[in-house]
Amino acid sequence: QQGVDLAYLVAAIGFILGLKQLSSPRSARKGNSTAAVGMAIALVASLFVLHPSTTKVVLILIAVAIGTVVGAVSARKVAMTAIPQMVAAFNGVGGAAAALVSIDEYMHVTIGAPGTVSILAVVFSVVVGSVSFAGSIIAFLKLQELMSGTPITYPGQRVVNGILVLGILALVVYLVAIGASVLALGVLLVISLVLGLAFVLPIGGADMPVVISMLNAFTGVAVAASGFAIGNTGLIVGGTLVGASGTLLTKMMSDSMGRSLGNVLFAAVGKPVAGVGESHDGS
Amino acid sequence: MSNELIGYLTTFVLAAFVGFEVISKVPTVLHTPLMSGSNAIHGIILVGAIAIEMRAHGPLQLSVGFVAVLLATINVVGGFVVTDRMLEMFKPRPKASESGDTAP
Repeated sequence: QQGVDLAYLVAAIGFILGLKQLSSPRSARKGNSTAAVGMAIALVASLFVLHPSTTKVVLILIAVAIGTVVGAVSARKVAMTAIPQMVAAFNGVGGAAAALVSIDEYMHVTIGAPGTVSILAVVFSVVVGSVSFAGSIIAFLKLQELMSGTPITYPGQRVVNGILVLGILALVVYLVAIGASVLALGVLLVISLVLGLAFVLPIGGADMPVVISMLNAFTGVAVAASGFAIGNTGLIVGGTLVGASGTLLTKMMSDSMGRSLGNVLFAAVGKPVAGVGESHDGS
Repeated sequence: MSNELIGYLTTFVLAAFVGFEVISKVPTVLHTPLMSGSNAIHGIILVGAIAIEMRAHGPLQLSVGFVAVLLATINVVGGFVVTDRMLEMFKPRPKASESGDTAP
């Protein structure tokens, strides 16, 4: 176990140096490799557990093999112009994975008596991971032009989104109070997915990079929460680094468009007409 | 609060400050690659997916874990590969970078 934790420390150093190098044009490509090396070290270490079962190791290797082929081929084949939606897709599957890890942990802990902190971490990760997953799907569809890139609005949109958020809060309180209810977690999962869709629908295609950056930060936070839920330092460090740097990056991206983040996210909500394309309206 | 939880909280808070600090000087041209690179980093959830699959009981947990490992792998591999493609135009050169010519 100590060896595994040491490997997470090395991985964390790789991630931090990688992000640093990614922030400068000269070293950016090297930074990506540095982070990848850190990731590889953490992954190899995570395979060493006491008493591994052969069946499970084989299952894991099959899943990793399929995932590697799908990820590598789609990242290689995609046209340069279609890269933003590819990033959205990769972000979405990461958010889904974070939610699934926490759901699995929940099924595991509800057998015993789960503590408030672990329930909160699970619930948080499920909500944020699902919002990120569903939001990324909409971002992908809009950029891929499988659906209209213009903001999609309807009357009472704010009210609907508000009700969704309130529903989520109520379910969180309920889950923390009673501890174990797979049904309530299921409902929470569905509402979170709907919120993810509803949240990104009214945002125009031109603003998608900012939204993807924000969803990227969301997934980071969801991963960190999963780390709290299953007690894994590697997830906490990796997820938090992305959550924090992604939040700052989102702000910098909307600043460089001369707009506030609130304007990017909510400009179309409430008023049906909103500028698509090069909107430098400042706010 | 257990010692373990305090340890996790400490890690979390320090990582949050480092995350803010480490990218604070990124030029606009690198915003998208940086986003994509950090997108790959949250693929560390694969470590968690492997962990839950290793200790899964019963077919339901095994399937959830399997899907989680699969999706997380796509996140990691796709994330790093697509970032590398974006950065091909930022090969280290004495002159400042700008897109246009991909081959030096």
